[in-house]
Amino acid sequence: MVSQRRLVAFLVFLTMVSLVGLAAAQEPTEVRIGVYEPMTGAMAAGGQMTWEGIELAHEQRPEVLGLPVRLILVDNRSDKVESATAVTRLVQKDKVHAIIGSYGSALSMSGGPVAQTAKVPVMGCSPTNPLVTVGNDYYFRACFIDPFQGRVMAQFAFEKLGAKTAAIIQDVAQDYSVGLANFFREAFIELTGDPKAIVGFTSYQTGDRDFTAQLTYVANAKPDVVFAPGYYADAAVLVTQARSLGLNMPFLGGDTLEAPEFIEIGGKDVEGVYFSTHYSADAPITPASEEFVALYKSKFDKAPNTFAALGYDCYMLVLDAIEKAGVVDPKAIRDAIAETKDFVGATGIITLDANGDATKSAVVLVVKDGQFKLVDVVHPL
Amino acid sequence: MIGNRSNEFVRKAGPICVSLLVFYLFLFWAETGWDAYKVRILNLSAIYIGITLGLNLCNGFTGQFSLGIAGFMAVGAYTTALLTMSPATKSAVFFIDPLIWPLNSIQWGFLPALLMAALVSGFVGLLIGAPAIRFRDDYLGITTLGFAEIIRVIFTNTRTITNGALGLKGIPPHTNLYWSWSFALICVFVMIRLTNSSYGRALRAIRDDEIAAEAMGVNLFYHKCLSFVISAMMAGVGGGLLGSLITTIDPNMFRFPLTFTVLMMAVLGGLGSITGSVIAATLVTVAMEVLRVLEEPRVILGIFLPGIPGMRMVVFSVALMLVILFYPKGFMGDRELGLKSIRAFAARFRRTFLHKQV
Amino acid sequence: MTLEIFLQNVANGITLGSLYALLAIGYTMVYGILRLINFAHGEIFMISTYFAFYGIGIFTLPWQISFIMAIVLTALLGVVIERASYRPLRDAPRISALISAIGVSFLIANLGLVIFGGRPKTFYRPPLFQIPIQLGTIRVVALFFIIPILTLLLLVILNYIVYRTKIGLAMRAAQWDFDVAKLMGVDVDRAISVTFALGSALAAIGGIMWGLRFVEINPNMGLFPGLKCFIAAVFGGIGNIDGAVLGGFLLGFGEIMLVAFLPGLAGYRDAFAFVLLILTLLLRPTGLLGEKQRVRT
Repeated sequence: MVSQRRLVAFLVFLTMVSLVGLAAAQEPTEVRIGVYEPMTGAMAAGGQMTWEGIELAHEQRPEVLGLPVRLILVDNRSDKVESATAVTRLVQKDKVHAIIGSYGSALSMSGGPVAQTAKVPVMGCSPTNPLVTVGNDYYFRACFIDPFQGRVMAQFAFEKLGAKTAAIIQDVAQDYSVGLANFFREAFIELTGDPKAIVGFTSYQTGDRDFTAQLTYVANAKPDVVFAPGYYADAAVLVTQARSLGLNMPFLGGDTLEAPEFIEIGGKDVEGVYFSTHYSADAPITPASEEFVALYKSKFDKAPNTFAALGYDCYMLVLDAIEKAGVVDPKAIRDAIAETKDFVGATGIITLDANGDATKSAVVLVVKDGQFKLVDVVHPL
Repeated sequence: MIGNRSNEFVRKAGPICVSLLVFYLFLFWAETGWDAYKVRILNLSAIYIGITLGLNLCNGFTGQFSLGIAGFMAVGAYTTALLTMSPATKSAVFFIDPLIWPLNSIQWGFLPALLMAALVSGFVGLLIGAPAIRFRDDYLGITTLGFAEIIRVIFTNTRTITNGALGLKGIPPHTNLYWSWSFALICVFVMIRLTNSSYGRALRAIRDDEIAAEAMGVNLFYHKCLSFVISAMMAGVGGGLLGSLITTIDPNMFRFPLTFTVLMMAVLGGLGSITGSVIAATLVTVAMEVLRVLEEPRVILGIFLPGIPGMRMVVFSVALMLVILFYPKGFMGDRELGLKSIRAFAARFRRTFLHKQV
Repeated sequence: MTLEIFLQNVANGITLGSLYALLAIGYTMVYGILRLINFAHGEIFMISTYFAFYGIGIFTLPWQISFIMAIVLTALLGVVIERASYRPLRDAPRISALISAIGVSFLIANLGLVIFGGRPKTFYRPPLFQIPIQLGTIRVVALFFIIPILTLLLLVILNYIVYRTKIGLAMRAAQWDFDVAKLMGVDVDRAISVTFALGSALAAIGGIMWGLRFVEINPNMGLFPGLKCFIAAVFGGIGNIDGAVLGGFLLGFGEIMLVAFLPGLAGYRDAFAFVLLILTLLLRPTGLLGEKQRVRT
């Protein structure tokens, strides 16, 4: 008996020593979280919005496990080669414990393999391309993916707007737009049961500014709705031109439309544009949303956007995982992130599935009186 | 006799073999001992050296102002990627439109894929070069730039071959220091052999005076095509290595800014200098990372300086402008840095400083 | 395709084409006198929209004054760029000058990104230009008439300057031969500066019209419209102002009609201009209205 108790005591002692030893060996004096985002280049706007949210979250919660958190931002210049180098730098030079990023699925896909090889977890804010997390057990994301988003909009068009026909204008140079257009088409044809429900399908390229020819073609097809997923600047110009050509049917889009500039550029013309996104500022889904909206407004003095909210969530989720893991170790953080369940974020309740993708509700917003207003919430299937 | 000849062979090739051996030992040390960040920069440097040399062959040695490098890189990168990816990965990546037969079922080794990339991009180079090299200077520049854009637009739209904007993911990561530096060395070797041959003299003759060259019997079309095609092949293989290094590609990578970066390297090093290209490509690649300090917030002398994203490219553009305005020939001009010039420099140094003491 | 839709597309083509035409004139003038693709023209165009934007946004000027200020400032900028980065290389190989042009273009674009930020800005649209007009079945806004009329008006003014004034004579002399012009007592430097000022002012007018039409401005907007308009100038016959306007109109028309007739190929639209360029150079290198160029040694 005695010897057994002694053995237990000895084991406990040993564990404690090894734990202390481990801690002493690593001596983490700070937690380093790397952020790689496009701060310049074609996708600069998205990267900058996301960074606002991450910074805000960091100000809000600058410590975890009693250690200060240091954010290290590297710009990937909207360039795939730079993006891979940026992640390598974070991993090797800055020795970060976890990474957040990047806006633009293409950029995430080139950073992903680097992080996977180095075994450092990455939390993606808004890369919605399904391929981002496929075959990479170190990549996670706080957003839903395009097949779901395409379906949400098709369902909304069919059920809530009563649309029987639709036309699609895709941005052929963006994976995001091409993917969404495809999933919308599949879902819409399935819902209506009419293989000819898509009455028009045409394209443009990012940065094009004249859409009149495409719109004239669409007007001729007389669809009930037009689905035009694309970046907000392109989409705002597109809708403006559509209105001046007399196309008055509803226009639909995806989460990239949610930026203050969309309303600024589009003005009165984008009134009545519907799009799916991750959360709504005026109808907060969770207590965290309310807190985020208040913080954001007090710091930046403007209405927040989806990407800032996702950046905020990513940071908070990673910190939560670090807390759960109890140690500042990339592998342990990765396992803790993978087990994320019912995390209460500003953009909704986040549960990560086996792929590392968030299963969560999408909201459908409409532009009304120069503001984004909630019209519908679609829960995951 | 035989002994003599082999002695001469040893005398000539010996130092080269030894330095190659030392260099590969260095690569082995770097590949196994260095951290991945430094290794990646080394890899990128090597790839850019090869591509810059290709551009320099066309723009510097032959005087044909080509701006189509990004297009040839795209061709090479896609060829390599499609040939080396496994059928399973391909069917996962082409999730909207399936890849066409026979590309969907084949998987080659890296070396044959790179050779194929060289062939295909060389062939595309010929297709583009044959009509385009009739134009001169800025017209050739804008035409080749146009061809590169056309290639990008085609790749964006042909989804059953390139997966369009969705890009390719999961390209096997074959590229390592041995591959990339072997490529760089082969490019250097080809350039040295080429410039010291009758071809090289013909190319420089074309650069200096086309009409005089033609009068001397230089076949303009043949030689211009030759330099254009070799340049395209170097860019193609470089693109293939780059794709394999970052394991994912899409058409938006291969736009004009990429050509600008390579052109900048060639100009800074000196159009017409092999060593210049090698040095400049390495320096710019390294500087691209070192200058990140400009974009990070920091405190200097008690003053908080916020980081300014985008400053790196401003610095590079300014550097390019300064070089082109004040040293129009780049920092190497069309001279080479070799043993001979080092010896000459040492001799001059000795004369000026050491003789005084004697 | 019904007649109604065809007419709507004609209207679309005229609006786009006249914007291209405004920018193409600047290219053609500079090329005519310096034999140099002014790569920075697209960036000059981009900067002009920001001048106008900040004039209204920060200095709260009325839009009329702000637009005029933007045009003047842009003209000055054009002159400065020529002084700083083209003049020193006038006797250097043409490749150096071309690299310098590309360098300036990237420098301005990158500086723009640092100074203005990457996020797009919204251009102010005076309501005057936005009055919708219904012409039978075709719908347009007032701007639709203003842009082509302005283009044609500027064409007349430019033709007057080039062919009826003394400085125009100097410009044409310099275009023909620098050295002979100098011997004849023409101030070639001044002629070149005036050319750059005029070309840049036109870029600014084009930029302002662009802003009014497309509303959104960003630091990366210069490169591609710039290249397209250069192609328009080549298509019309480089060095020829009438040709540039014609080329611009036809390029705009071609792009619109490609999408109108083949909507499935709309994704290839950006390649259209480059295909046109290559065909022009292969089949008719002097362009539609160009005369045979003298090779200047």
